[in-house]
Amino acid sequence: MGNTQPRHHQIIIHAVLGIGAVIMVAPFIWQILTTFKTVTESRAVPPTILPAVWSIAAYERFFTSVPLWSLLGMSLGVLVVRVGGQLVLCSLAAYGFARFRFPGRGLLFGVFLVMLMAPSQLFLISQFDLMKSLHLLDTLPAIAIPGMFSAFGTFLMRQAFIAIPKEFEEAARLDGANSWQLFWRILLPMTGPTLAALGVLTSLYSWNDLLWPLIVASNKHMTLPVGLSLLQGQYGTDYPTLMAGSLIASLPLIIVFVILQRQFFAGIASSGLKG
Amino acid sequence: MAKGGVAAERRRPHSHLREATVGYAFILPALVGIVALYLFPLIKTAYLSFTKTGVFGDSTFIGGANYANLVTDPTFGTALRSSAIYTVIVLLAIPISIVIAALIAQVRHGATLYRIAYFLPVVTLPVAVGMVWRFIYNGDFGLLNALLSLIGIDGKAWVADPTVAIFAVSAVGIWTSLGTAIIILGAGLQGIPQDLYEAASLDGAGPLRQFRSITLPLLTPSIFFVSVLSVIGSLQMFDLIYVMIGRNNPALSQSQTIVYLFYQKAFVEGNRGYGAAIAIALLLIIMALTAIQFRLQKRWVFYG
Repeated sequence: MGNTQPRHHQIIIHAVLGIGAVIMVAPFIWQILTTFKTVTESRAVPPTILPAVWSIAAYERFFTSVPLWSLLGMSLGVLVVRVGGQLVLCSLAAYGFARFRFPGRGLLFGVFLVMLMAPSQLFLISQFDLMKSLHLLDTLPAIAIPGMFSAFGTFLMRQAFIAIPKEFEEAARLDGANSWQLFWRILLPMTGPTLAALGVLTSLYSWNDLLWPLIVASNKHMTLPVGLSLLQGQYGTDYPTLMAGSLIASLPLIIVFVILQRQFFAGIASSGLKG
Repeated sequence: MAKGGVAAERRRPHSHLREATVGYAFILPALVGIVALYLFPLIKTAYLSFTKTGVFGDSTFIGGANYANLVTDPTFGTALRSSAIYTVIVLLAIPISIVIAALIAQVRHGATLYRIAYFLPVVTLPVAVGMVWRFIYNGDFGLLNALLSLIGIDGKAWVADPTVAIFAVSAVGIWTSLGTAIIILGAGLQGIPQDLYEAASLDGAGPLRQFRSITLPLLTPSIFFVSVLSVIGSLQMFDLIYVMIGRNNPALSQSQTIVYLFYQKAFVEGNRGYGAAIAIALLLIIMALTAIQFRLQKRWVFYG
């Protein structure tokens, strides 16, 4: 609001935002400090702020009791399949809906829109039965396949294709390009920012999702959130170990976020959160 | 020119067919998945909600009995109450986010740093968020009670006490949803023309007056969007209850949300028909509340 405000305004604004930021970050600091404490110290009343002795025993307990690489691999594998699947399938369908006329287009797009608005719990029972009948329970495909398809992603990409002026295609058509070449060489590259936003949002849901992986894969091939939630049953009140585990499980996405924050913010701003 | 027109005229039936074929080809892969994994399951859930169906798929048609049971089931009543409390409290994140987004828009340095700080909980694993807060809320040695005792307040066992647990979870809900709202509202703020503020300054309007007369009204479309998303998201909350309250907690029966109850009935107890009825009820509630919000927007949302 204007750039003419006096200096003390800036100081007040920074003070308010700073206090808020401390409240946002404090739980993370507390979490990190706790990981270096002994179990006894983590339960001290009143609590100590800094660990009396910095110990990495909690991390050792976490690494010996949790198959971290297997969990990490599963979470990452699911993420790659979901993101890759959505980027390909959603942009193909979005181009079809945006640029071709065919009987039933309105009706079919309407089906996508209904799926966009329905809460995901409506699909879970039947998706579970399907995965069970395909003998896919407790496998990566069971966790990843439903999330490869997205009405939301199709909708988002369709908006991006519609926003591209038709002149680009007309010129390329005159040069003899077919529909596939138009899509792949000319239009898809122009939707880059939307693709990035969709990829980032899908990564976020995929990495954080608990309910569906818990339902279809909670025995052998678990994702990080499922594995971590089981750890809680095992280490009920060993908070240093739980804090170490939750820190390690969260770090990969937090690091990606700090590097790609522009894309995260663009994704959220263009679409809001929808799982 | 006329000749070309005739040729195009003759080509048309063929090219229509061709256009349709290519169009179908592009949407086909996604359509197959959407129909098999979303449309069909939706229809099947609607059907199951009228049956008594166990884990092994043995189902008998029982008409509206599941829905009749839902209405009289006190567990569903408490789940509705918990979800309603959570949804309403998390809406408080919106006014807070408006203020923070407006302040971030004004800082000359450090805006990105603030955005990152407020957004951190959004990118943190919800399971991890739940664990950290369960620790902070611990009645015997939690950080919150230690801080409260400094100002002479004797804290509770926040997530083990049935009377306060859902409120404690809701406070975490606010903390995790600020980031999203701040980003969406911040994008809305950028769309407000700067010269409006300059004109208002010339007319002698101070910062508060400018906020009330320019920022707030022009931000209402974004505020509306955020509140619709917030209600839809809050009604589907599961993770925080699963992690912060947990199965063996005496507070669970008083704090479980609609989706937790759905998970419990459909997948833990294996009562598919009843679970399906809960899911359909959730759909109806979300549709009704979203429709009400769209109806009410005419009264307060300003489309300039």
